[in-house]
Amino acid sequence: MNASVPHIEVMRSQLGRARGLGAGHSGVGHWWAERVSAASLLPLSTWFVVQMFRLGGADHAEVVKWGGKPVNATMLAALIITTFYHAQVGLQVIVDDYVHGKAHLPTRLLIKIGTSLMGLLGVFAVIKLVVRSGSGK
Amino acid sequence: MVELRLPRNSTVGKGKTFPAPAGAKNVKTFKVYRWSPDDGKNPVIDSYDLDLDTIGPMVLDAIIHIKNEVDPTLTFRRSCREGICGSCAMNIDGENTLACLKPIKDIQGDVRIYPLPHMPIVKDLVSNLDGAYAQLRSIQPWMQADSAPPPDGERRQSIEERAKLDGMWECILCFCCTTSCPSYWWNGDKYLGPAVLLAAHRWIADSRDEHTGERLDALEDTFKLYACRTIMNCTQTCPKGLNPAKAIGRIKELQIERKV
Repeated sequence: MNASVPHIEVMRSQLGRARGLGAGHSGVGHWWAERVSAASLLPLSTWFVVQMFRLGGADHAEVVKWGGKPVNATMLAALIITTFYHAQVGLQVIVDDYVHGKAHLPTRLLIKIGTSLMGLLGVFAVIKLVVRSGSGK
Repeated sequence: MVELRLPRNSTVGKGKTFPAPAGAKNVKTFKVYRWSPDDGKNPVIDSYDLDLDTIGPMVLDAIIHIKNEVDPTLTFRRSCREGICGSCAMNIDGENTLACLKPIKDIQGDVRIYPLPHMPIVKDLVSNLDGAYAQLRSIQPWMQADSAPPPDGERRQSIEERAKLDGMWECILCFCCTTSCPSYWWNGDKYLGPAVLLAAHRWIADSRDEHTGERLDALEDTFKLYACRTIMNCTQTCPKGLNPAKAIGRIKELQIERKV
């Protein structure tokens, strides 16, 4: 081989590269989920902030009693699930933008697992509140 | 991973300075990006002091003056000099635009001229747009209809149907928008970019085209369409005053309409 001829690594046509693997036929759901969860978080977060002001100065027992009420527990669980779901779809976008190459897939899995576990933890905390206030303690 | 700094061979150095001709009264400095594939050197910024009284009003006039009178080695694309061919798209004063439509007097201080951002450079102000052209071709920017056209004439459109193409047919494919888009900088190999998506919507919105569904199918992808983060640089920079961001938003609406 002539050493003066530079080696070209990619000779695939530009059209072949542009078409790539074709459309994945997904993305609509993700995009829509981002918007719907963001919109849902508006009333849920407002409710939460208002409740926190109302509970200002309350002692532990009062807060447990508040969290054990079905409406409050439902709202809390909805807020927690929506928050971490929104974080999951939102962080995925950031990973798609900034993490390229081999690190992409593991980072995305990490985000999925991390946000799911944190959401789950929050939901179990709410369940614990309900069980506690139900047992009268 | 994230690239926080330029590759070593892209670091821009200081270049030559070309003083203004003797007796010049109305002098402005033009700082121009220079790089040649032939000498193995890093890019530099050359500085040209020009007498504005002797040249035309637009940045392209200044560049042509430099090539004709000051430094014939300067390489750039230009053709129509009236904003219809899209050849002289470059980054002027920090914004992608057409040199022929950009008045010099609109620029405060030195005039900084760079090639379109984040594309491979052919030489000086000429960026390689092969990838973007191929992406345009990949969305099949031509009419696709299975009904036979009338034997005695063209396919007809109502005035209302035709009006839907306004704001899209005017695109001259200068790729100012695409190369201004951070999402395209990050994922330009997969994301189609605003110019190509505007072209895609131009055919989706065309009443005579019968392949709307197939076109939406081909765009339904995490990157091809949905890598748009509504940053809106495209609309802000378009030298023709078009709104690619709106066209992309419309495609997303249609995707929702047929699925949710």
